[in-house]
Amino acid sequence: MAHPRTEERSLFDGPIVRAALLDSLRKLSPVYLARNPVMFVVEVGSIVTTLVLVRDALLRPAAMAPLWFTGGVTLWLWFTVLFANFAEAVAEGRGKAQAAALRRVRQDTTARRWADGVETSVPAASLRKGDRVIVEAGGVIPGDGEIVEGIASVDESAITGESAPVIRERGGDRSAVTGGTTVLSDRIVVRITAEPGASFLDRMIALVEGAARSKTPNELALHILLVGLTLVFLIACVTLVPFALYSGMQLSITVVIALLVCLIPTTIGGLLSAIGIAGMDRLLQKNVLAMSGRAVEAAGDVDTLLLDKTGTITLGNRMATALLPAPGVATSELAEAAYLASLADETPEGRSIVAFVRDGVGLRGGEPDPDAVFVPFSAETRMSGVDLGPRLVRKGAVDAVVAHVRDRGGAVPTELLAAAGRIGDGGGTPLAVSDGARMLGLVHLEDMVKEGIAERFARFRAMGIRTVMITGDNPRTAAAIAEQAGVDDFVAEATPEKKLEFIRREQAGGKLVAMTGDGTNDAPALAQADVGVAMNTGTQAAKEAGNMVDLDSNPTKLLEVVEVGKQLLMTRGSLTTFSIANDVAKYFAILPAIFATAYLEIEPLDVMDLHSTYTAILAAVIFNALVIIGLIPLALRGVRYRPMGAAALLRRALLIYGVGGVVVPFVGIKIIDEALAALGFA
Amino acid sequence: MTAHGWLQIALFYLAILAATRPMGAYMARVFEGDAQPLPRVLGRLERLLYRLAGVDPRREHTAAEYGLALLLFSAVGLLGAYAVMRAQHLLPLDPEALPAVPPALAFNTAVSFTTNTNWQAYAGESTMSHLTQMLALGWHNFVSAAAGFGLVLALARGLTRRGGPDPRRTLGNFWVDLVRSLVYVLLPLSLVVALVLASQGVIQNFEPNATIATLDGGTQSIAMGPVASQEAIKMLGINGGGFFNANSAHPFENPTPLTNFVEMFVVFLIPAGLTYTYGRMAGDTRQGWALFAAMSVLFVAGVAVVYPAEAAGNPQALAEPLVAVAGNMEGKEIRFGIAGSSLFATITTDASCGAVNAMHDSFTPVGGLVPMVNMQLGEVVFGGIGVGLAGMVVFAILSVFIAGLMVGRTPEYLGKKIEPREMKLAMLYVLVFPLALLGLAAWAAVSEAGTAGLANAGPHGLSEILYAYSSATGNNGSAFAGLSANTPFYNGTLALAMLIGRFWMMIPVLAIAGSMRGKTTLPPGPGTFPTHGALFVGLLVAVVLVIGALTFFPALCLGPVVEHFLAANGRGF
Repeated sequence: MAHPRTEERSLFDGPIVRAALLDSLRKLSPVYLARNPVMFVVEVGSIVTTLVLVRDALLRPAAMAPLWFTGGVTLWLWFTVLFANFAEAVAEGRGKAQAAALRRVRQDTTARRWADGVETSVPAASLRKGDRVIVEAGGVIPGDGEIVEGIASVDESAITGESAPVIRERGGDRSAVTGGTTVLSDRIVVRITAEPGASFLDRMIALVEGAARSKTPNELALHILLVGLTLVFLIACVTLVPFALYSGMQLSITVVIALLVCLIPTTIGGLLSAIGIAGMDRLLQKNVLAMSGRAVEAAGDVDTLLLDKTGTITLGNRMATALLPAPGVATSELAEAAYLASLADETPEGRSIVAFVRDGVGLRGGEPDPDAVFVPFSAETRMSGVDLGPRLVRKGAVDAVVAHVRDRGGAVPTELLAAAGRIGDGGGTPLAVSDGARMLGLVHLEDMVKEGIAERFARFRAMGIRTVMITGDNPRTAAAIAEQAGVDDFVAEATPEKKLEFIRREQAGGKLVAMTGDGTNDAPALAQADVGVAMNTGTQAAKEAGNMVDLDSNPTKLLEVVEVGKQLLMTRGSLTTFSIANDVAKYFAILPAIFATAYLEIEPLDVMDLHSTYTAILAAVIFNALVIIGLIPLALRGVRYRPMGAAALLRRALLIYGVGGVVVPFVGIKIIDEALAALGFA
Repeated sequence: MTAHGWLQIALFYLAILAATRPMGAYMARVFEGDAQPLPRVLGRLERLLYRLAGVDPRREHTAAEYGLALLLFSAVGLLGAYAVMRAQHLLPLDPEALPAVPPALAFNTAVSFTTNTNWQAYAGESTMSHLTQMLALGWHNFVSAAAGFGLVLALARGLTRRGGPDPRRTLGNFWVDLVRSLVYVLLPLSLVVALVLASQGVIQNFEPNATIATLDGGTQSIAMGPVASQEAIKMLGINGGGFFNANSAHPFENPTPLTNFVEMFVVFLIPAGLTYTYGRMAGDTRQGWALFAAMSVLFVAGVAVVYPAEAAGNPQALAEPLVAVAGNMEGKEIRFGIAGSSLFATITTDASCGAVNAMHDSFTPVGGLVPMVNMQLGEVVFGGIGVGLAGMVVFAILSVFIAGLMVGRTPEYLGKKIEPREMKLAMLYVLVFPLALLGLAAWAAVSEAGTAGLANAGPHGLSEILYAYSSATGNNGSAFAGLSANTPFYNGTLALAMLIGRFWMMIPVLAIAGSMRGKTTLPPGPGTFPTHGALFVGLLVAVVLVIGALTFFPALCLGPVVEHFLAANGRGF
């Protein structure tokens, strides 16, 4: 499948970075920054040290710190804010680039509005919900809507990247059309179903651009933790001034602010919104539109996945896998008849029989007789075949072929019927083949389970997610396929009501349920599910009911959606841990440096052996700012998700971000301190 | 350090380990069982108390009702204790004819005992009459511990009861929890402990001071009183307020190494047992053992620092021949030795007891740092009855939140999701503590009224201030000594610290209980992060240490840390 819109963009794309640089300045506005209390504190600190710098430069008070120190701290505090702004701006920029690509789809088209028998040309942007428009071959569909009249083949490559045209027609599950797609043949009347600016594309664009982003519950909870920690450190730093005064030290404002900024969780505070936006963006790169950040988060939390059997778990095409000749019939005879009866059958089943006979049995069937008359499959006869003069070769549903044979006075061996029953029980489909009044045998058709799907489900099991297969098959067939595919449970003979009831039952047990669906009758279940991914090929009702739309209409995508959701939470957690763990080293850099002015004996606490009070503090501030820049790629890409148990995942994360978070700043601060000393600061 | 010393410490820990399960199972039966033990004796007493108080034991409280009952009960008790102290000269059982307690001191003491702190800005034997000791202070020794039971029971019910049909989201009945903890746990146990102590020579009488002729011909007045009964609940209820000024260092309070062991044992007995009760209530005792393990790690780490530091002795005194052999014996009782004193100091500050059998002021800087850090961790290492475990559970919620994020799931604890509301309340709990502690200590450090009370200059003086406010805010009650705390400034600010440390931290906990109560319990799966096992214990210990250390490290640097380095360089204060 081609994805023309989702070319992997390098993390720091030239134009995006240039725009982001400008944006990070714009985001300095305190009104904007107040939304992020951690960075707001840093900005207030930067303003104060700037004022101190100006005062020192102009008045030169006696007890002032060297100008290069106050200047350096001030500069790097501003950088800290700017780097955080930059991270957010880059994430937004990438989202905007995606959105722009989506917008290109919605070029300004003229719509032919059809009202009361009168056709008027209006700009597409002026269409309201409920308007009817006519679209003919070659025309672009002006907005999301539903076909109320006609049938057409539509090129949806602009949205999905899939080049093969699809059929859209009035009624049923194939009636929805998307704005920006092109009608290739015929003429349809579309009823517009979205207000201007409210189509799901518009909503998604608003989300990735950050305009419509409201904090998700989890983001909010994390924010509270970060604000709480900021306040704790504010208390610790502010009270340090009187404690120092007691000890005979006058701490300068610059030093206290430097200490405060180093301690508050600026790393995660500065990257938090970038992480959220990047999560939406990653989903979009997978061609999934999410209606809210909350939906993405819920995806990471899902306990149960409801998966349709056909198309998700199985290929959806039944394939011939065996020939079972009737007693007294040679396999070659059955093979030849099955081959002849399928030659003109263009269905996947028919083609698979031809291929199977050719490759599996090795029959070299020549070209068919020119006099042959092919009998296509019809819903009435439920058979297809070929008439070779008087010879009527047929294949089809077992009961249909049995009736056909009996009509001609033939007999049907009971063993054959028993075999047909066994095939059905095993999850397969039997086709009977006859030649005139003779029953030749059976073709075993199997719905093939997708390759690698069992491993995939095993991964989900390791993550603690239960997979449940939904199928219309009878329970015995369903059980056979469920076992083959390795799902944890199945719902057989599923009806929309049964699906809905199953979801409700799971949710009553406190579980979060995700499902995919496309039909109108899926809509209630999609709405009930915590994560409902509607297929873009599905009906408008289904798309409205779900909270995500998969543009590729690939039901397996659900698995990737879950991973993106998990990645989002894990990235937040890992960076929070890293941010807090960093504080240990910063204490060891800054505290001995400032206390040494009163108590030289505290020197053994200066484990990094830094050059001077000033280089130590400045090095910590610089490190603190650089970490934000250094972690932008991680924030945008997300930490790697590995399917493993929660305990194993946590152990890994604690080792990398916890222990690593303690060690890295010791090294970093020492290097920066050396560099400052080498540059002549001391 | 001696093998004998380490053996004492190991023996103590093994005794607690062995007692945790039976004690916890007993309390689970008392508070959550269908039938309470000894129905004929204690059951009658329980029902009698309900009848007298007009309490319907079947009517349960919501979080708000529970909190209101707890606060009102404490407020009335506070006023009562204040009144008794102010009027003690008019009341009976005052053989020494002690005058009324001055208002500021009476207020400070009433707050101190109501909040289970038992900070004592006075010398018991020369300030409080026998009646005041038994009625005003003894009452609170029992009921403040009982109220602590209520807090953790309400929290545990909020976390473990399944959300759903009960629209009132009740957390139990405060009066029932109060009465049961008194009738079934505190009264019977303190009776037993008092008898054990009396058997070892702890006095129990209503006599006036005994006057004796000393060997060198002088006379000495020796204070008497109902000590054994007070001593039992002082330790068992994790109160710590001594009958005598010298507290558990006094031979009439703590005469032998055996009583020393018993007193330490009963301090940890109930908080350790409660972890098991908690596990029972959660339907998974591993949940309780995990919290027990985290507490154990922090406890053992504490002793493992104090004991060697004290045994090594004061570097400035090492030249003296005895010091090199005996270690830092200044301010310690010979009958307890260094191990018995180091262990006692760790226990009394881990649990918010505050009883002392040695002068923490005379510990080496590092030895004195540990008790201070123990209190600054929020009194969650076993901690006070109920409040310690509740605090540990709040830290567990914070740990689970971070852990949950790292494994990619919305965090949940005991199957219930942790959402913004709970985070807000948990952070409030975390914030209130340093705000009161550091805020008030900083004020004392730079105000004239604050520094006037210091006995020592330099970092040791700062340690005295920090210790006092850590003790008050943590509701511990032990003193670093050296600080003259009976001044209007200290009486007032320390009372404020005690009130904040008790009630402002109880309210968020009860609110968490209420908000968790209504949530659906999710069944655990492989994707849920297990809150038992070594990994969680390690994470929990790290979170407690990191929050404590990051908050108080700068202040500690200027106190005991710098003092340690100065002492190593031969400077003392």
